[in-house]
Amino acid sequence: MRIEISTETLYSDFVKKVEAISEQTLISCYQCGKCSAGCPMCFAMDLLPSQIIRLAQLGLEDDIAKANTIWICASCITCSVRCPKGVDLARVMEALRLITSRKNIDQVQIPEIPKETIAQLPQVAMVGGFRKLTA
Amino acid sequence: MEKRIGVFVCHCGLNIAGTVDVEQVVEAVKDYPDVVYAGNYIYMCSDPGQELVRTTIREQNLNGVVMSNCSPLMHEKTFRRVATKAGLNPYLLEIANIREDVSWPHENEKELATKKAISIVKMAIEKLKRNVELTPMVVPLHKRALVVGGGIAGITAALEIASAGYEVIVVEKLPYVGGHAAQLAGTFPTLDRVPCLMAPMIAKMISHPKIKVYTNAEVDEVSGYVGNFIVKIKTSPSYIDEGKCNNCGLCLEKCPVTCPSEFDCGLAERKAIYITPPETMSQKVLIDPGNCLHLNGDECRACEEICPTKAIDFLQQGITVEKTVGAIIVATGYGLWDKKNIPEYESDPDVIDGLQFERILSPSGPTGGDIRRPSDGKVPKQIVFISCCGSRDPEHGFTYCSRVCCMYIAKQAVLYSRTVPGGQAYVFYMDIRSDSKGYEEFVKSAMEEERVLYLRGRVSKLFRDGDKIKVWGSDTLSGKSVEISADLVIMATAMTPREGAIALARKLNVTVDAIGFLTEAHPKLQPVETLTTGIYLAGTVQWPRDIPDSIASTGGAVSKVLSMFSRKELLHEPTIAWPDEEVCSGCGICASVCTYNAIEIDPIKRVAKVNEAVCESCGACIASCPSGAMRHKNWNARQFMDMIDIATGAYV
Repeated sequence: MRIEISTETLYSDFVKKVEAISEQTLISCYQCGKCSAGCPMCFAMDLLPSQIIRLAQLGLEDDIAKANTIWICASCITCSVRCPKGVDLARVMEALRLITSRKNIDQVQIPEIPKETIAQLPQVAMVGGFRKLTA
Repeated sequence: MEKRIGVFVCHCGLNIAGTVDVEQVVEAVKDYPDVVYAGNYIYMCSDPGQELVRTTIREQNLNGVVMSNCSPLMHEKTFRRVATKAGLNPYLLEIANIREDVSWPHENEKELATKKAISIVKMAIEKLKRNVELTPMVVPLHKRALVVGGGIAGITAALEIASAGYEVIVVEKLPYVGGHAAQLAGTFPTLDRVPCLMAPMIAKMISHPKIKVYTNAEVDEVSGYVGNFIVKIKTSPSYIDEGKCNNCGLCLEKCPVTCPSEFDCGLAERKAIYITPPETMSQKVLIDPGNCLHLNGDECRACEEICPTKAIDFLQQGITVEKTVGAIIVATGYGLWDKKNIPEYESDPDVIDGLQFERILSPSGPTGGDIRRPSDGKVPKQIVFISCCGSRDPEHGFTYCSRVCCMYIAKQAVLYSRTVPGGQAYVFYMDIRSDSKGYEEFVKSAMEEERVLYLRGRVSKLFRDGDKIKVWGSDTLSGKSVEISADLVIMATAMTPREGAIALARKLNVTVDAIGFLTEAHPKLQPVETLTTGIYLAGTVQWPRDIPDSIASTGGAVSKVLSMFSRKELLHEPTIAWPDEEVCSGCGICASVCTYNAIEIDPIKRVAKVNEAVCESCGACIASCPSGAMRHKNWNARQFMDMIDIATGAYV
C-alpha cells in the first residue's frame, strides 16, 4: 500500500507525544540497525526495533499498534546501551506502549475465552491482556 | 670488445623465489657465453642489493648487466641509476621481468615457471649483447603554461603558476570566466557564499601581469611536444569595441530578441546583446551571434543605432594567436546529464536539476534570492530531492557515483530550510556519501537540526496533479511505498564529461575513458599526468569531484608544471626510432601511423625524418615500414631475432 508522507504526518501529535514522553529525538536515529542486531527478543517480534523507530519517525502509529514488537520488548535496555547515536530506544518503546495502551483498543475479547480457561487465569493477566497484544 | 655480462637474480622475498627456483636460474646462466657473473639476492632493490650490483659492476669490470626481477616500470630507473653510479652506461642494463611475467601468473606450475624464467633471462642477455651506449637527449623548455578552462580549477592553476613567476595563458570557451563554481549559491559544508570565494580569485587573475586570459576562445590546434607545444588559440568576436563601450546598457533595452540565459540555466532570459554576469567579475557587453537578428541576415541594427559611443562593430572578426608553451593544464570541467533521459520523471517546469536550484537559491539569481518555483513564482512549501539521477544507474545512465550530489543536496536542503519557514525538504537517496572533512556532520545537522527527511529508496515516477507534483518513491527502511505531494522537485543529475571534451582530447593527443573523462597516466601513482608528457589534468575534466578535491588535483598538476619549469632543460629517452636513409624510400607510411606526429618526410632528401624529442618509442613506424628502413635504437631487428631464437629454442 502507498502511504502519503507530508508535514502533517511528520509533525503529528503522535510524534510530538512520543518525543515528549521518551525525551528522545526520533530523527536522531540513522537506521543502522544495531538495536535490532542485539535485541534478545527479536526472534518473537513481527517488526524489528529499528523498524519501529523508523515508523515512529514517519508518524505511522497504526503500523506500530498492529505489531507485537513493543509488547515483546523486555525493556532490557541492550539497545539503549549499544546505540551509536545515543537514542534511548527502551524509553521510546515505553512511550509507544503508554500511547498505544491508551488507545483503548481491546486486544483480548473476554467472551471468546472459554469459561474453564478464565477460571484458571490470574486476574492481572486478563486485565493486562485487554489492552496489549501479550499478557 | 669482449663482453662481460653480470646477471643478478632477485628473490623479491617470496614473490619470485616462492615460485621460481632462483638458484637454478643462476646455475643455468652462470656458464652462458659472455656471462662472467651470476648471483642472487633476497631484495635487489634494497640498499644492500643495490650495493651488491654496484660493487660487482666495478669488481668484475662488467660492461653489461641483466637485472632479473620485477617489471621495468617498477625498477628500471632504480637500477639504471645504480649502473650510472658504477660508471656503466645505463642503456647497457636490461631488465628480465620474472615477477609479473613469470612468478605471478605461474604460481601453480613451479617447474615450468623456472624454465620460463631461464629463457627470459637468456633473452635479455642476447638482447643486451647488441645494445649500444646511449645518452638522453636535451630538449629546450619554454617556461610558459597554457591552462585550458577558466573555472575554479583553471583559475587556481593560473594563479599558482603565475605566482611562481611564470607566464600563463588561460583559454576560456565562454565569454566569462568562473565556470560552474560561479553559478553556485553556496558551498558545503561551510555554506560560504560563492562570490566571497570566487571574486578575489577572478579579480586577481584578470589583473595579474603574468596571466593573459582569452575568453570566448578555444584551443584550435596543438602541435609540438613537452617543453615546446605550439598552440593556436582562436577567439570569437564580441562585436563590441571594448575601448569605446562604457557599459551604459542602452543597447540591452533596445534589443528585440530575448533568449534563455545560459548562466541562469534557462530560468531567466537575456537579450541577444547582453552583459556578462556580475558573479564572473567581468561586466563586458557582447552579442550572441546565434540569436542576433542582424548577424543572421535581418536588417535590425537597434543596438548600433542607440549606442552613444558607436561601440557596436558587426564586422569585427575573431583573432587567432599562436603561442609556444612548455606545459598544458586541462581544466575544462564537467557537463550535466540531461534530466529528459529519465522519461518516467515527467518533464515539468517545476522539475529542475541541481544547478538550476543553485541559481534559484543564489542571492543574485533569477529570483533575487527568494526561493520561488519556475512555473508560477510561488514559494514551494514541500520540496523533494532525488539523488542518483543517471548516476549508479547502468541501465539508463552511468555506473559511477557523481560524488558531489549527496553533499550539494544536503547544502541546498539546509539553505532552503533556513530561507523558507515551515518548508519541508525530502531527500530520496540510495546511500549518503559524505566522505570528507566535516561532511558527515553536515548531513547529520541537515537531518536533525533542519529536519530534512531522508527516505532510503529511489523515486519511480513523477507526475503533475493540479498544483502539485506527485512523487512516488519508496522507503526501504520502513518497507513502505510513499507518496509526497511536492511543489518543486530537484533531480541530482549525473556529472558527465563536458561536451567537446573528446574533441579537445584529440587535439591534445591525450586519452579519454569509455565515458569521455580524460584519463590519468596511472590511477594511483600518476593521478594528474596524462600519457602525453607535459599535459596535466585538473579538476572535473578527469572525474567527478567537489571543489576541495578539484583544488587539490589542480595543486598536483601545478606542482608537476613547476617542477618541470624549475629545470634548465628537458631530457628525453634516447631509445627512439631512426631511419636508415640509405634504405628509406620516403613512402610516408611511417608518418601516417605515428600517433605522436613525430615523423615527417624530408622534402629535399625524400626520406623519413624523426623528430627525436617527440618520438615516444612506440615502434609503430618500425612495424609498418615496408623496406625495413626504420630502426629502433637498442631494439633492432637482429636483437629481436636473437631473442626469438632463445624463446623458441626449447621447442625445436
